[in-house]
Order: sequence, then C-alpha cells, then structure tokens
Amino acid sequence: MDGPAIAADTKPWRDPSANPFISVRGVTKRFGDFTAVSNVDLDIFKGELFCLLGESGCGKSTLLRMLAGFEQPTEGSIRIDGEDMARVPPDRRPTNMMFQSYALFPHMTVEKNVAYGLLREGMKKSDAYAKAAEMLRMVKLEKLARRKPDQLSGGQRQRVALARSLVKRPKLLLLDEPLGALDKKLREETQFELIKIQETLGVTFIVVTHDQDEAMTLATRIGVMKDGIIEQIGEPREIYETPRSRFVADFIGTVNLFEGVVEAAAPDMMRIATPDLGDVMVLPQEGLTRGQTIWGAVRPERFALTRKRPEDMPNAWEGVVEEMGYIGHMSQYRVRLPSGALIRASQSNRLREEAPISWDEKVWISVPPAAFRVLTE
Amino acid sequence: MSWRRTLVIAIPMLWLGIFFLAPFFVLGRISLAEAIIARPPFTPLFDRAPDGTLEIIASLENYRFLFQDALYRNAYLSSIRIALVSTIFALLIGYPIAYYIARAPEPKRSILLLMVILPFWTSFLLRVYAWMGFLRTNGVINNTLMSLGVIDAPLRMMHTDLAVYIGIVYTYLPFMILPLYANLTKLDGALLEAASDLGASPVVTFFTVTLPLSLPGIVAGSMLVFIPAIGEYVIPALLGGPDTLMIGRVLWDEFFSSRDWPVASAVAIVMLFLVVAPIMWLQSVQNRREMD
Repeated sequence: MDGPAIAADTKPWRDPSANPFISVRGVTKRFGDFTAVSNVDLDIFKGELFCLLGESGCGKSTLLRMLAGFEQPTEGSIRIDGEDMARVPPDRRPTNMMFQSYALFPHMTVEKNVAYGLLREGMKKSDAYAKAAEMLRMVKLEKLARRKPDQLSGGQRQRVALARSLVKRPKLLLLDEPLGALDKKLREETQFELIKIQETLGVTFIVVTHDQDEAMTLATRIGVMKDGIIEQIGEPREIYETPRSRFVADFIGTVNLFEGVVEAAAPDMMRIATPDLGDVMVLPQEGLTRGQTIWGAVRPERFALTRKRPEDMPNAWEGVVEEMGYIGHMSQYRVRLPSGALIRASQSNRLREEAPISWDEKVWISVPPAAFRVLTE
Repeated sequence: MSWRRTLVIAIPMLWLGIFFLAPFFVLGRISLAEAIIARPPFTPLFDRAPDGTLEIIASLENYRFLFQDALYRNAYLSSIRIALVSTIFALLIGYPIAYYIARAPEPKRSILLLMVILPFWTSFLLRVYAWMGFLRTNGVINNTLMSLGVIDAPLRMMHTDLAVYIGIVYTYLPFMILPLYANLTKLDGALLEAASDLGASPVVTFFTVTLPLSLPGIVAGSMLVFIPAIGEYVIPALLGGPDTLMIGRVLWDEFFSSRDWPVASAVAIVMLFLVVAPIMWLQSVQNRREMD
C-alpha cells in the first residue's frame, strides 16, 4: 500500500523488527473431533486495540479464552510479554477479561465487585475500595456504588464489568462481545468511550465481536476469523479496501463479486472476461496467468451512476434502476444490467443540484479500473 | 372472578385448617388437661361444679412439669444436639455430592440424580434394618475388618449414638442433596471464571462466590434434615442404645407406656416451638439479606 510514511511507534505491526507483546504460535484447539481453532499465528503489540471478528462459532471466543487461561491449547504456544503461558492458571495471568454476560457477582454490591480483584492481590481493604471508587468515577457510576447488579440497567452493568476488569490495570484486557447486549445508540456512544479509556490507560485490548461496524470503529487492526482460521489480519482500511479473499470482502461491508477469466495482461491494464459484465479492464496484478479464474470485487460506493454515458471510462454499462433506498446521507441502488446481473451501488447525497436518479430510470453505471480488487480465492 | 380466586385459596386453607390447625388446637387443649384413668384418658375441658356452675379445667401444670423434670430437658437438648450434628454431617457429605452432580455432563447427571432418589423406592424401615446388618457385632463391617486383620475384637457400633448419627445422615442425605443440587445447577460458570480471572484461587473462589451464592440451598437442605431429625423416633429406637435420649422416644413412652396424654401433648407442643423458632430466625435472616 502506498501511503504517507507512518511512525513505527504508532503502528508497530508495520515494523518487522518490533517485538510483539502477545505472540500466538501455531495454536490449535480441538474439542473431541471438532477443531475450534486451527493453527493460528498472531502477533499483537503493546497498546493495540485488536479486534477478532467473525461469525458465531468461528473460534474467536475460544482463542480469547485460551489467552485468558480458561482453555488450554491442544497444540502451539501463547506468550504474553515474553512469558510462556502454558502452565499459568487464569488467576496468575496478567490478563483480565470482560465477559459477554458481564458475570457480575450478584451477591456483591457494585463497589465490592470492582474491589474484588484488588482484594485478591492482598491489597488493604481501604485502599482497594478507594481504587474501586476511582475506577467507578471514570465510568461515571460513583453514585451507584452501593447497588447490587440486579438493580442496574444493562448499560450500567456493562460499565461495572468494564471497571472491574480494568481496576487491576492488567497488561492485557480481553473483551468478549463487550457491547453486544446494548442497544444501537448506547453501543455507538460506548464505542468511543472504550477507545478513550483504552488510550488513557494504555492497556492492550483484544475485543471479540461479530459486529463488523464495531470492529471497524474500534480496532487498530482486525483479525477476520472463519472456521478456526484467521483469514486476514490488517488495519480496518486494509481489510475493507484490499480484502484477501471473497469471504473477507463479503463479510466486511457490502461488495459486488464478479467471476471472470484473465484474458490479456498488458503492462498497464489487464482485461478480464466476465459473464456478468462482459470485458472489464482492471489494474494488472502479479502472479496471474492467462485463463486463470478470478473474482473481481467492487464496493458499492465505487460505482458512479450517470444519466449520460461517461467519457473516458473503459468500464461502463447501461442498466435500469430496479430498487432504490434513500438512507439520508446516501442512497442505495440496485441496477439490473442486460446480462441479468444485479449491481449494488451507492451514491453520496452530498450534491443536491440535480434531480436524483430514481426507480425505473435508465442509467449508465461505471467504475474505474483501480476500483476492482482481483481475488484468487 | 373474585369467587374463583376465593375457591383457589379456599382449598389450601381448608386443608391447613382441617389437618394442621384443628389437630394443633386439639393437642393444645389436651396439654392443658390432667391425666385420669378413663376413656379418653384426660379430664374434660368443661365440667359441672358441685354447685352446678360451668367451670373450665385447664392448667399449665404439665408444662411446669416438663421444665422441672431433667429427663425432658435432657431429651430436648440431646435431640437438638443429635439433629444438629447430623445436619452438619449431611451438609458436609451432601455438598460435594450435589456440586459434583450439578457440574456433571448431561447423561451422567440424570443417572447420578436417579441414584440419589432411588433408595426412596424401598421401604425406609428396610433400609434402617439393613444398617443393623452392617453395624451389629457380627455384622458386615466388623466381619470384614476382622478378616482383614485390622481389628482383633468386634467394634461396638450398634445401640450407640454413632449408629443413630449414621442412620439419620444416611436417611436424610437426599433431602440435603436435592435442594443443594437445584441451587448449584443455577450457578453461572462464568462467575467462577470471573473470580479466577480476577486472581482468586479455586479455594478462594469457592468461599467468596460459590458458597455465598448457594446459601439458600444450604438453608433449605439443612431445614429439611434438621426438622425431621429432631423428632425422629424410628432410627433411635432401632439403632440407638438405651441411653440415646431423643424426644421422639419420650413422646412414645408418654403416650403408649404411661398413657399420660396431657404430658405427651405438652411435649409435642414444646417441640413444635423448638422447631419453629430456628426456622423463623433463619427466615428473618434471609429476608434481611435480601433487603440489603
């Protein structure tokens, strides 16, 4: 990727000589015949907010539980801060976890819940409660310190769980679907709060989520998991713009996928033949041979819809708007081509001069060669 | 609507009235009478005085007698002691069993649970007799130990307090296990993981999370063992010795040997209050905990 040079200390994963804080090597976890996690390698750096993203059952929670020590890897090793975790039980690990169900102790008040971990360290009672109060102030719950968990709302419980898992200042905080139980508005607010807290405390976060928006918003990097394998690791932008496989392209955001065959490769342009779009010009890519089957992936916002045929565009097709959805800041279109293919396109509603394109209109749909991401798997 | 609700409430009320409240008053009334040789063997409540006026014959003489005679006091104390010790042992044995069953995976769990309940399908009396076969001088335990050379002379186990404890704990163990099991299956495994994640060793996790959360189960199970154990008659009569003093036996003797119904009734009433008092206390404790 060409881009401005970025200091290695804010993006250490781009520096090959950087020492990872957490290093997962060849980790496999089998439950009987079922392989939950399969030969995973993963490096996570200090201060990162790493998201493990995938559908339920993809092994992301199992990986998290192995980091916490609740599960032992069948094969492979996990090192945290240089220390091998193989024989370290959960209560001796430098990690804390925020559980999906929050797992607050129902028989203890909020402050007792938060102070619990500190008391286990042997901290003096008065000090532990003072620290717990400080943590509760940070999550704005100081007024509810004497309540029991069942007297709190979902959002408040989530904050208590966060406070409890952060109060020991763990080197690594593991969050299992931290915002899963919150409604949409609260979730969005809490996302940014979570980032703020993470930056303030400098704790390394690993978040497990099935929500791609959440992962995109929170993460420094995302690991997309499928069937126990990490399909791709990258910054949110990399994952979105340059997905490695059809699965990743489809899982993150909306994508149009076109199957095709490499026809001719010129040094500056490559032609692929697709049943849906006919011949398409894309940017050349190394390692492709003539006749190879590939998939072209295009994000909806990369298409341009115009009433007149655009000039100087090698990839342009005429079609009919079959469906249109007005979202507000943008509109979504489904355009039917004569080949029968249905293209999902979206247009920003930044400009309001023209009358917007609407249902059943004949339109030209075009896309620059650079917008095609060529995938081989 | 309203008469239907009344009907629903009326059934349990009627039941309690006929089978609990009425007998209780009958018992209370007899306990205030005086024993006579007649049929029924107690003085009537109302009588005609020689001058023709109606008089009520009732006195607390029987209760005074109970509190003065050391036999009754000792019988009560010893019943409470035996019931208490048995309850503690039932708890110590029952808790790990209940915990193990609650944590067992599904087909195994049902089988274990069945094994706890299964003894109920045979007669209680038969099971106590079986213990006699184990405990007596020429019984299974003594014969095994002697043939193994562990002991030279048979141990005296029958007709001791030990045999009574064994009998009570064995008989009432399921009553301890079942409420504990019901409570412990509800325990969220994530709570134990959370405790461990926050630095609690398994022992500390047990005492700070598992035990306090299972307190309602402990209370329920202990009550179900303690209450029947305190008035137990059959087990001390069959397994206990001549010096095993329990109130159930005293009650039997008063009713059937001495035929002193009024004193026996007073014994029963006092026992009722002895049992009710700890329940009320425990309930108020639990209510206060919930208020917190």
